[in-house]
Amino acid sequence: MKKGILYQIGKRTVDFINGLQETCAFVGEICCRTFEVVFMPKRFRFGDMMLALERAGSNGVAINALVGFLLGVILAFQSATSLQMFGVEVYVADLMAIGLFRELGPIVTAILLAGRSGSAFAAEIGTMKVDEELDALETMDLPPVRFLVLPRIVAAMIAMPLLTIICELAGLIGGALVLKMMNIPLSVYWNHVADSSTVFMILLGLAKAVVFGLVIAIVGCGAGMRTRNTADGVGVAATKAVVGGILSVVILDGIIAVICYIFNV
Amino acid sequence: MEEIIKVEHVDAGYGKTVVLRDVNFCVKRGEVFVLLGGSGCGKSTMMKHIIGLNPVLAGSIKIADLEMNRKNKSAIRRKIGVMYQSGALFGSMTVLENVLLPLEEFSKMKKPERIDKAMYLLESVSMADAADKMPADLSGGMKKRAAIARAMALDPEILFLDEPSAGLDPITSYALDNLILKLRDEMKTTFVVVTHELPSIFTIADRCAMFDKSRKAMIALGSPKELRDESEDSFVREFFNRGKF
Repeated sequence: MKKGILYQIGKRTVDFINGLQETCAFVGEICCRTFEVVFMPKRFRFGDMMLALERAGSNGVAINALVGFLLGVILAFQSATSLQMFGVEVYVADLMAIGLFRELGPIVTAILLAGRSGSAFAAEIGTMKVDEELDALETMDLPPVRFLVLPRIVAAMIAMPLLTIICELAGLIGGALVLKMMNIPLSVYWNHVADSSTVFMILLGLAKAVVFGLVIAIVGCGAGMRTRNTADGVGVAATKAVVGGILSVVILDGIIAVICYIFNV
Repeated sequence: MEEIIKVEHVDAGYGKTVVLRDVNFCVKRGEVFVLLGGSGCGKSTMMKHIIGLNPVLAGSIKIADLEMNRKNKSAIRRKIGVMYQSGALFGSMTVLENVLLPLEEFSKMKKPERIDKAMYLLESVSMADAADKMPADLSGGMKKRAAIARAMALDPEILFLDEPSAGLDPITSYALDNLILKLRDEMKTTFVVVTHELPSIFTIADRCAMFDKSRKAMIALGSPKELRDESEDSFVREFFNRGKF
C-alpha cells in the first residue's frame, strides 16, 4: 500500500536523524581510538595502513596522472581559444597554475580517490560485516574502528596530497603541451606558472587534499560499517561511499572557498 | 557443577522486535550446551545476546558471575571465544596469522612462544598443514576448524559455536563433533553450540534448550534423550522423532 506524503516526510526525517546520530557516534569513536593510538602507538596497525596506502596511493598514480594531464590539456585549450581573441593566450599559464594548485588539483584527485578507494573501503569493510568478521573482531575485544578504519584514514590522508601533486604536475605538463602547439615558448609558460604560484596557494591546496582524504575515508569506512546484511548490501554501501564522499568534498570545498574569501586569502 | 552462564527472564530480539520472551536457563561449567530449534526461532539471536553483540530487551545474563553490560563486556570477552557460522576468518591474513591475532593483541608472550602456541592450536584441530594458506583456499570444514583454533587462542572458559555443522557433509560434520568433544575433554572448556542438526545434537549435547518461533518462548530444557523420550510437548517430540536416533 502506498503511504501518504506525511508518512514519507516523517520517515525520511527520522531516517535522516538516525543517520546523523550514527555518523556522530562513528566520528566520536574515531576520535577516541585516535587518542588511544596516539598514547599507545603499538596498537596502530601499521602493516594494514601500508597495504591501504599502496592500494589508495601507488596503485592510483597512473590514473591520477592521466586524468590530470587530460584536464590540463582541456583547460588550456578551452581558455586559450577565448584568451587568443585578446592576444593574451600566454595568461593561460597563470590560469592553469592558480586553477590547478588552488582548486582543480585537490578536487579532481578527491573525486578519483572517492571513486577508487572510498568505494573500495566500503566494499572491503561491508564484505567483512556480511561475513561476520566485524562481529568476530568485536567478540575478540578488538575495536573494528581501530583495526580497520584508522589505518585506512591515515592511508587516505597520506595518499591524497601526494596524488594531488602528481595530478597538478601532470596538468601543468598538459597545459605546456597545448601552449607549445600555439607557439608559446616553454620558458615563458613556466615563468608565468612560477610567477602566479605562491607557496601559500600550494600549501592551501595540499591542506585541502589532506582534509578531503580524511572525509573520503570516513564516509567510505562509515558506509562499510553500516552495510546491511542483504544481497545488495555491499553494492549499496559502495555507492553511498562514492556519492557521499564526492558530495562531502564539494560541500567542504565550497565552505573553504567562502572562508578564504572572507579572510581575503 | 558450577553454573557458568545464567540467563534470567531474558526477552530476546532486536530493535523493537521481540523474538523470545522470558527465557531462563543456566549452563554448567564443562558441559556442551546446545541452543536448538527451527529456523528463525531466535537461537542465534539468543547467542548474540549472551556474547554481548546485541543488548537484551529485558532480563539479565551473567557469565562467570559478571553481568553482561557495557562495563563488564571487555572482562567477559576475555573469558569467551566465538566461532561464527562462516568461520569469519580474516581474508587478508593466513590461517596462522588469524590464530596469532588475539595472541599478539592480548598475550604477553614473546613472538616464538606465540607462534608455538598458534601451531599447537592448529595441530589440535588438525590444521597445522594449512597454516600458511589463505582462508579463500580452505574448504568449509577447514575454515570452521581454523576458526575454532583462533577462538581457543586465549584459553577461553566458554566457546560459542554458531551452526558448526551448517553446510558440511555428514562425515566432516561428524569429525567436527568429535573435535568438540575432544576439546571439551582435553581443555575442560564449556561449549555453547547453536544448531538444529539432530545427529550433532545427539553426539555432542549434554543438555539443550529448545525454542519455538510461534510461541516466542523456550519450550524445553534437558538432555536430548530426555527431550525425545519424555517431553510432553508435541512440537518437541515431533522435532526429535523426525531424526529417528
